[in-house]
Amino acid sequence: MKKIAFLLSFLISLGLQSQEIAMADEMRANGKIYVVVAVLTAILLGLIIYLITIDRKLSRMEKEIDKK
Amino acid sequence: MGIFSSKNWWKTVTAILLIYTVIAGLLIDVPRQVILYESIRNLYFHVPMWFTMIFLFLVSMIYSIKNLSNGSMESDRKAIELVNTGVIFGILGIITGSIWAKFTWGAWWTNDVKLNGSAITMLIYLAYLVLRGSLEDEQKRARISAVYNIFAFVLLIVFIGILPRMTDSLHPGNGGNPGFNNYDLDDNMKLVFYPAVISWILLGWWISNLRIRKSRIEEKLES
Repeated sequence: MKKIAFLLSFLISLGLQSQEIAMADEMRANGKIYVVVAVLTAILLGLIIYLITIDRKLSRMEKEIDKK
Repeated sequence: MGIFSSKNWWKTVTAILLIYTVIAGLLIDVPRQVILYESIRNLYFHVPMWFTMIFLFLVSMIYSIKNLSNGSMESDRKAIELVNTGVIFGILGIITGSIWAKFTWGAWWTNDVKLNGSAITMLIYLAYLVLRGSLEDEQKRARISAVYNIFAFVLLIVFIGILPRMTDSLHPGNGGNPGFNNYDLDDNMKLVFYPAVISWILLGWWISNLRIRKSRIEEKLES
């Protein structure tokens, strides 16, 4: 009996815990998370564009060397 | 030579998948877990750093074998530039891991087998770069560093792939249980994790490619 009671209380506490685990729910609810998404996307886009310009410059140099 | 040309299509894929990784990585639902909380999302960024490093080192080793079999200096160039890029991803892996560890395990550095193993691996590859810098003769440098590079990758497998699985580790999937299991990675996370791994590996490949082309141009300008 004691064991069953313990098991029950354990299961209940598990169920409660999963609801109480604090995630950034508020940040999602008020939409502030999109600010973070926008900032990180901007940084990433900037870096990708930077890579593309380097890539293009190398292509130009390769062409020039091939001409010689 | 546009970014959409048939030769460069994979660079477009890289960009799209990377942007998807950041957006979906922050927005898609993740399992609620104590200790980890939202930091579980680091999985999309920290783990691919290591996968990318291992991929670049693996390809580098293959070029080292090629160099030994046919003495091609072009293979030597690819081997060194792949390691150069791989080391960057390894350093990023250590930094991101250290930040994550501080807020989940409580310390910037722990004596976890995987941490020490990856630190040793980084030192082995830094030694590869030092070794190359110390050799003047090109042919000699290519051959000696190719042998070392193959040796280094074998040690990487031992330190990152084998030893962490033989003892207890704070990392998930270690301690006799290789890889991720259902508890570590739910279906939602796989939706982001797999594209993330592919995109970071492609990015590493792209950067290595740029380095290789730059080195080729430099050599042609010198001659």
